[in-house]
Amino acid sequence: MIVEIEKLTKIYESKLRVVALDGIDLELNEGEIFGLLGPNGAGKTTTISIATTRTLPNSGTVRIKGIDVVKHPAHARRLIGVVPQFNTLDRSLTVYENLYFHCRYFGFSHSHAKARSLELLEQFLLSERKSVYPTQLSGGLAQRVQIARAIAHRPTVLFLDEPSAGLDPQSRMAMWDAVAGLRKEGITVLLTTHYMEEADKLSDRLAIMDYGKVLALGAPEKLKSTFGAHTVFNLKLKSMEGLGPMIEGLKRREDVSGVEITADGLRVIGTGADGLLPELVRAATSHGLRDLTITEPSLETVFIQLTGRDLRE
Amino acid sequence: MEPNSLNSKLFVQSFIGLLLRDLRVLSREMPVFLARVGMQPLLFLFVFTFIMPHMGGANPMAGGAGGLDFGTVLLPGLMAVATMFSGIAAVALPLSQEFGVTREIDDRVMCPLPLWAVAFEKVSFSALQSMIAALLVIPMAYYIPATPVRADIHNWFLFAVVLVMASYLAGALGLFIGSTVNPRQIGLVFSILVVPITFLGCVYYPWAMLGHMKWLQYGVLFNPIVYMSEGLRAAVTPNIAHMPWWAILTALVFFTALLGRLGLKGFLGRVLS
Repeated sequence: MIVEIEKLTKIYESKLRVVALDGIDLELNEGEIFGLLGPNGAGKTTTISIATTRTLPNSGTVRIKGIDVVKHPAHARRLIGVVPQFNTLDRSLTVYENLYFHCRYFGFSHSHAKARSLELLEQFLLSERKSVYPTQLSGGLAQRVQIARAIAHRPTVLFLDEPSAGLDPQSRMAMWDAVAGLRKEGITVLLTTHYMEEADKLSDRLAIMDYGKVLALGAPEKLKSTFGAHTVFNLKLKSMEGLGPMIEGLKRREDVSGVEITADGLRVIGTGADGLLPELVRAATSHGLRDLTITEPSLETVFIQLTGRDLRE
Repeated sequence: MEPNSLNSKLFVQSFIGLLLRDLRVLSREMPVFLARVGMQPLLFLFVFTFIMPHMGGANPMAGGAGGLDFGTVLLPGLMAVATMFSGIAAVALPLSQEFGVTREIDDRVMCPLPLWAVAFEKVSFSALQSMIAALLVIPMAYYIPATPVRADIHNWFLFAVVLVMASYLAGALGLFIGSTVNPRQIGLVFSILVVPITFLGCVYYPWAMLGHMKWLQYGVLFNPIVYMSEGLRAAVTPNIAHMPWWAILTALVFFTALLGRLGLKGFLGRVLS
């Protein structure tokens, strides 16, 4: 195990008592890309903050290569690279210098730091921008520099906190390529995201989190087959009255595994769309069907299954 | 890689890395740095020791404080002010920016050093700038005034100790301000803290001359700038009445430790949650 997270708890005590982490356990294998998926406030960033020595837990431990990050933070920092949620590049230094001095902070000699920085500029297609200052970079480029910087000292584990937040679709794809490329270097990656697609595409395994707990854990394919071989139908209705018989009727069907009342209609969780769709439309028409959305089996439907709500809600 | 063994080679290399980074940034901003540290003493000397003497009888400072040559009183005082300003400009302002707005200090606090060492590097680099700023005042005081003011350093050891300690004190003050004051209110610090401690810091008059106002003479003892001014006075212009050196050094150590401790506490509070 490269990263072992055990019974990690974090409670923020202020006017409002917030349980950010409610005793989570996670283990990361060497070389895997591990995703933490969940809505805002699920505890993903807190998990990363603790693992990267920036937040102190109330209880529980995080070990990286056996090193307790709370007891030996300076030592643990040698083993980790961090790409934070926001652009924290050193505004007073050029792109090249951001990499160069990062290497120096980690004890590289001048020539070693220089060689490593140039190598990274090449690897991340940033050579042309080596003399540019961070304020002149687009969000996507800045993010690439941050990833390059985070792996410059060859960490064992790389933490990526919402790496594609605020990126345009093209930059997001480029970032995904960059992360997937890290596989070759054998770096273990822990990334947080609330984009289903990102978690699905990048992670070897992932944990679905909500309210500071891990709800499910496994390879994306396995999670989908275990929890989410379901299609979710969201119906918006004009009239919410007299839905009882319709719900009863739906629940009796074999291809329906759940019916819930939402704010403006119904959510029907089904195992297939073929026969169910026409029946839903027919039954809902009398209640004034305004809109119908279908979510194909995906991590999204897994999340809805587990939490009873949409990731975006 | 035993967790308990503080790898001293990496510690030194990492610390040097942080210093090199600051040096690189400073070297790029050299003109700004010189203007920042030089402008105040330059104008002060120009107005009070060049323009005013040329006005003859209109100069209230002609006789200086109690018949002393004002330029000579001013030299160590201006060195103290330059030292303090440097500490604030080199630590407090960048820290408040980096903590509050850009979080760009993140990469440095994530280096393999204990956090106290990262804070100590900031203070040390600021101390270096303070020393340069203070030393720059010496030639200015020689060339600008109508009557040149000469530094009269006999005890070089005392001078070195006072200069280094005053500079670390300034850095510690900067760390304290930068890590405890809300970034949005950092501008206020100048009017409600820096200006009073400068004017009541025995910069423009020796502490001994406050003898007629005992309440003030004892009141200002809480002001760390007093010991910076008096320490430099003892070292640079020893003919002017000054506090005993042991009292000065004790107070410098005390205030550096106090502000350093409070500053570090604030720094850790900002970095860790």
